[in-house]
Amino acid sequence: MICAQLVHAQTVVSGSILGSGKKPLHGVSITIKDSYDGGTTDSLGNYSFTTTETGAKLLIVTYNSYKEVDQPITIVAGQKLTVNLTLKESLNELTAVIVNAGSFAAGDMKRGSVLSSIDIATTAGSNADITSALKTLPGTQQIGEQEGLFVRGGEGYETKQYIDGTLVNNPYYSSVPDIAQRGRFSPFLFKGTVFSTGGYSALYGQALSSVLLLESIDMPEKTQVTAVLSPIVTGLGFQDLAKDKKSSWGFSYNYVNVGLYFDVVKQTPDYFRIPQFHNGDANFRIKTKHGGIIKYYTTFAYNDLGLRRQDIDSLYLKNAFGLTNHNWYNNLSYRENLGKGWKMNLGTSFSTNLDQIDQQVEDSFNQTKQFDPVTQYWMQAKNFTVNSLQDMFQVKGVFEKKITGISSIRFGSEYWYAYNKPVFNDTLHTQIDNYTAYFAEASIFLTNDIAAQIGGRVEHSTLINKTDIAPRISLAYKTSKDAQFSLAYGQFYQKPEATQLYYNTNIGFTKATHYIINYQFLNTQRIFRVEAYYKKYDALVTQVPLSPAYYTYDISGSGYAQGLDIFFRDKKSIKNFDYWISYSYIDSKRQFLNYPTQLQPNFVANNTASLVTKRFFTKIKSGINLTYSWASGRPYYDIMLNGSNKYFINNQGTTPDYNSLNFSAEYLPNLGKKNARTFIVLFASMTNVLGSSQIYNYNYSFNGSYKAPVQPPANRFYFIGCFLSWGVDRTQDAIDNNL
Amino acid sequence: MKNLLLLFIAVYGLSIAAFAQSDKYVSSMKANLALFDSTNANPDYIALSNTFARIGDAEKTQWLPYYYAGLALSTEGWRSKTIDKDANAVQILAFMDKAQALTTDSSDLSEIDAVRNMAYTQEMLVDPQTRWMSYGKEAGSSLKEAMKFDPNNPRLYYLQGMSLFNTPEAFGGGKAAAKVAFQKALDLYAVAQPKDLHPNWGKVQTVSMIAACQ
Repeated sequence: MICAQLVHAQTVVSGSILGSGKKPLHGVSITIKDSYDGGTTDSLGNYSFTTTETGAKLLIVTYNSYKEVDQPITIVAGQKLTVNLTLKESLNELTAVIVNAGSFAAGDMKRGSVLSSIDIATTAGSNADITSALKTLPGTQQIGEQEGLFVRGGEGYETKQYIDGTLVNNPYYSSVPDIAQRGRFSPFLFKGTVFSTGGYSALYGQALSSVLLLESIDMPEKTQVTAVLSPIVTGLGFQDLAKDKKSSWGFSYNYVNVGLYFDVVKQTPDYFRIPQFHNGDANFRIKTKHGGIIKYYTTFAYNDLGLRRQDIDSLYLKNAFGLTNHNWYNNLSYRENLGKGWKMNLGTSFSTNLDQIDQQVEDSFNQTKQFDPVTQYWMQAKNFTVNSLQDMFQVKGVFEKKITGISSIRFGSEYWYAYNKPVFNDTLHTQIDNYTAYFAEASIFLTNDIAAQIGGRVEHSTLINKTDIAPRISLAYKTSKDAQFSLAYGQFYQKPEATQLYYNTNIGFTKATHYIINYQFLNTQRIFRVEAYYKKYDALVTQVPLSPAYYTYDISGSGYAQGLDIFFRDKKSIKNFDYWISYSYIDSKRQFLNYPTQLQPNFVANNTASLVTKRFFTKIKSGINLTYSWASGRPYYDIMLNGSNKYFINNQGTTPDYNSLNFSAEYLPNLGKKNARTFIVLFASMTNVLGSSQIYNYNYSFNGSYKAPVQPPANRFYFIGCFLSWGVDRTQDAIDNNL
Repeated sequence: MKNLLLLFIAVYGLSIAAFAQSDKYVSSMKANLALFDSTNANPDYIALSNTFARIGDAEKTQWLPYYYAGLALSTEGWRSKTIDKDANAVQILAFMDKAQALTTDSSDLSEIDAVRNMAYTQEMLVDPQTRWMSYGKEAGSSLKEAMKFDPNNPRLYYLQGMSLFNTPEAFGGGKAAAKVAFQKALDLYAVAQPKDLHPNWGKVQTVSMIAACQ
């Protein structure tokens, strides 16, 4: 009897297991090594089990994302043993805090994404233009009279676009006065997008306000032929994917002609040369042995247009503007894992852009009218031709090394060669800039909950012969599984615009300093972000009048922007219904260009809001998307020069509020159909459904006695199109695999 | 002779030890497998998973404990509304990798891929619209693999039926399509002869799903 009891003597082992912040952990496994004996903690972190083991043993404690603890114990038969432990969280890229103050990530695989890549294409009103879709995010302005992203009190040119690490010199189709142009790149080229509204990484520079980082897709899903048919655009594309999925190549071409469309939908300007666009592109991609990839993308574009509008200074005269553009863009990038925790990103790009502009004042018979260059210089200034050539070549290398845990350092360098040759009337200005930058940045994770990103950038431009040092710091602290706070500080420099440097190169970099605090709650169903910022502008470019007709530039301007950006996205509350709301408040003033004092710029509305909704009805294989955007009125100014060559505000006002309700719908008739060889998407969209009058600004006559509103060329824009693809569709594939 | 006797004793002793070990393994497995079907209103599948993992770690050569450790987490994944499905799926898949390293039998591998299918499906369901392309695809290819290993595994048709049942008719799913798969599963369950301790779940669920398809 005694003997039996000895053999089966059971010992109780119990205790409690705590995690970070002394919180009890539920579901922790406690095991005596090499035995079946062990237990699991309950919701209070307590465990208890019995064992027949005796002597010196190892107690192994494991829990999800925590570091395993091997605790030596000695079991004396029948003697109750208590083991209490506190576990430490192991650093884990999947659960760690994200350093992202200021930035919005879009992409299917990116952690912390607020949008998926398909969201950009299906946002009503965007018509597959990346910039238009991003205008539904907080921090941006609803600007319709110029292309570009106007971010947090910044001008459009203060936002720069990068593809696979290198700057894009001409991201938009060439400017037409008072009409915003589309971006050159389709959202379907990219798998990930990071839109930083401030405080961005030291890897990027030369943008005072914002960077838009586009990452191209690695491999297409399938070999396929695609086509687009629409009254506006026709196109054909081919993409080949090798059987081993290690390489691919492709090309596409499309032609846009809005002649037919303009016959049906009347436009306010008189288009004497109907806008037409030819676009061709080609690409190849090769995967390397160690998980790296080489990607090449090139696109060539030609477009031509001419439009005539009422002259602002005379009822009898007209203004005719003609533009021909040639653009060729090339991007080659190479990403490689070098082993031992090293990664490398190399990129090079070359682009050349030629704008041929002729602008003239015409009489009622459309004949060019000349004016006296002294007595009527403001009229004669409207007769000009420009042939502007812009070449840009870049190389960039970034090396990354994993240091302890999930912390890493990145460093590298880039070089830009910019060659600008504009011929203005008969005067040639040639400008060459060699820009070099060195940068380094460390991402340090102290724990899963606290991280810092500290970096800096040294930049030099030979054209203005100045060097600057731009420090960048971000901190992030995770307060719960889905919530975190972040802070960011950074200094940002930007070279004045080429058109300003023709007058004077003896000026330095313009400068902005950002301070950002951000709170974010993010899970797969709901996202809530609120961000407050203060941004200080120094050394803004100002116009210095020399005489009524001539001026030069210096960098004596300054300004600030402060505000609050709120973003909320919810996929959960209403089934199959996805929506997001953005709201921004901004207070911003600056003295720049011809502003006589610090003024609220004419591209800043104090309040902007957007509601974006998406709903897909699987039964009818159709989706309906609605976007509503609103912005309070923007100021406008008539700035004149007085007798002593000083600028003053002759007249000013505020535009009415901006309202736009946009609609789009898609129908996918073959969705889910097995063995369908053709995949079809029928797409229709309409902007400004309610026909709200949209006034972006006012143009003043030279003498200030007359003002004319700047409005879109037509109140609404309509698009219908049919997108076809042959080859096994990827959605089809996903369904087939699922069945 | 003396040596022979010693050898005999040694061999005999070893086999007794082995037998004893195996006996302990079988009885522990049985006792814990019974917990899967327990009528307990609030079963602790995480504790059950930990128990199976413990048996697996101690045994070192058995694939079934790891299989059941993953299956227990998968069951919790279906049941719980609060669990972190992504983290849970990562653990399930890790158990399946451990299990796969310990068996080469094709019907075992088929069972392992069936659990992988469930892990990916659970991750997909976190956000079906955006994850359908990635996790949905993974789930589909796991099931395809499983069918390759053993086309007569009834659980695969049960899982296929569940997927069809929850796919809109417009996408080729729906009750009618699901019922065909469930019926096939039921036919296979009728002739299935699962080995001792080997996977034997899904029949009850299949019967109730056939009823739901009516």
